[in-house]
Amino acid sequence: MTDAAVREHSRPALTDDREGMSYLDSIGRRLVHLYLPLGLIMVVLIFPFYWMALTAIKPDNQLIDMDTYNPFWVVSPTLKHINKLLFETNYPTWLWNTMYVSILATVLSLFASVLAAYAIVRIRYKGAQWVGAAIFLAYLVPPSILFIPLATIIQAYGLFDSPMALVLCYPTILIPFSTWLLMGYFKTIPYELEECALIDGASRWQILVKIILPLAVPGLISAGIFSLTLCWNEFIYALTFLSSTTKKTVPVAIVSEFVDGDIYRWGSLMAGALVGSLPLVILYSFFVEHYVSAMTGAVKE
Amino acid sequence: MSDSVAGRLTAPAIRHTTRWDRLRINRNWLGFWFMLPAALILVLFLAYPLGKGVWLSFTDAKIGRTGVFIGLENYEWLGLPWWEDADGVFWLSVFNTVVYTVVASVVKFAIGLYLAILLNQHLPFKALIRSIVLIPFVVPTVLSAIAFWWIFDSQFSIISWSLRHMGLIDHNINFLGDPNNARAAVIFANIWRGVPFIAITLLAGLQTVSPSLYEAATLDGATRWQNFRFVTFPLLTPIIAVVMTFSVLFTFTDFQLIWAMTRGGPVNATHLMATLSYQRAILAGNLGEGAAIATAMVPFLLFAIMVSWFGLQRRKWQQGADND
Repeated sequence: MTDAAVREHSRPALTDDREGMSYLDSIGRRLVHLYLPLGLIMVVLIFPFYWMALTAIKPDNQLIDMDTYNPFWVVSPTLKHINKLLFETNYPTWLWNTMYVSILATVLSLFASVLAAYAIVRIRYKGAQWVGAAIFLAYLVPPSILFIPLATIIQAYGLFDSPMALVLCYPTILIPFSTWLLMGYFKTIPYELEECALIDGASRWQILVKIILPLAVPGLISAGIFSLTLCWNEFIYALTFLSSTTKKTVPVAIVSEFVDGDIYRWGSLMAGALVGSLPLVILYSFFVEHYVSAMTGAVKE
Repeated sequence: MSDSVAGRLTAPAIRHTTRWDRLRINRNWLGFWFMLPAALILVLFLAYPLGKGVWLSFTDAKIGRTGVFIGLENYEWLGLPWWEDADGVFWLSVFNTVVYTVVASVVKFAIGLYLAILLNQHLPFKALIRSIVLIPFVVPTVLSAIAFWWIFDSQFSIISWSLRHMGLIDHNINFLGDPNNARAAVIFANIWRGVPFIAITLLAGLQTVSPSLYEAATLDGATRWQNFRFVTFPLLTPIIAVVMTFSVLFTFTDFQLIWAMTRGGPVNATHLMATLSYQRAILAGNLGEGAAIATAMVPFLLFAIMVSWFGLQRRKWQQGADND
């Protein structure tokens, strides 16, 4: 054997903590093949938020004068835009509307999904598998092809321009997703636990509430967090079904109420986008693992 | 006295199953009760509108007026069949949608897979990096689209500014005012928004691949590319199929990104079928025509699902058959 091969062989002993075969890579190779492209992608992914936050605290004159000041930084930041947003517009109302609709729709769809998932996985009534497949197909029906007929239906039910329209329509997006996710969680709970409870005389409802749900809490959190994000993000239904200014949700209000010809609008627009995203990002940062498991769980099934 | 005790003891034994019991205990009835809330919502607000949308596309319904059946008139008005070009805008939107979907999905997949492979390596602060990567997916699309609108502003674009200061261009790029630039800009924003989802789900798939497979392949003389092509890719195919089905589906029916950035302009260059149907149905009030556009999306969607689902599913099956 040559010297090189011997050196190649002795190196892993020094860096044993590394995973897989990455010990075969030199620092230079890792720099070019890993850190550089990763860094570049991360910068592109993060830049719009940096830009959003920077614009939100920039004084107006720095926004449009890009020659005197370096646009990538801010001199004497101001809270003017955020202040204006919170105290001179309906922004707090819109934020409240968004939260209200998201939370109600999430609770409603979690309730429906828990029951449906439990029935499909554990009660296993006749045709349960087909119902499971149908619910997966429902996940593939996009809101863009439903909003026109839904608008006429909402009108007919007398729900037009009411937050209840959204509370009832959002679950059509959330239930298929949550049901599939929870089915996966329920399957992992041992059947023996249920059999014991059945022998002890518990009803199905008691089993669900006292045995299954406490064990499926991580799944419930995942489904809840993800549902909340989807509601917050939803746009086309909110745009179509709501018309009065005070009933709008944040995404719709930003697009329809803030956009005027004003050259200085960018500060308040970006402040609005920033304040509208922050609650979600903060929530997400507390539940990253649940969020990831929700995202990958529903796909893996 | 003794009679009544005996009666009490035998009473449960002779109790027959009533109809109420059957509703309560029977497996199928129980399943029915448990499914009821979900089924009600999905039938009333998903299945029924789906059918009603198709019906509306055959009527001349306007906002505030229920329409009457007019056959295929809406479709003819849009320019179906294509040689009777009535409108032009519809076919432009179909073209835009197809370009948007194909380009964005292919690039999203390539970058997403690449990012997933990068993240699957041994890295310091891996968990932190992964949670940062997902942020574009967490932030509501409209809000990040507004940020892109500002980044692509015709006068104050930071991209134009940077390129100008690097000496690459001498005047601002008109990102959202020029048809092809606008298409590129919205596709870029869509890719930006979609990559994290694909990367993180594929990463979850990659993490299930045992490192010993790579070691074995490398010992057999496989190069990095062969490692990827013959170990990673086949094992990842099922998850790729699902992820790409979702990605194609949601890109094809995208609405909010376009609406926030361009509203279909300039000269309809970025009108997707979804935005066109919104414009025709809600803004112009022609519900029937909008519904016809939305219904015209269904065959495309089915086709996309078929291609990504069965196309990749078959390969997975072949792979399984080869191994067993």
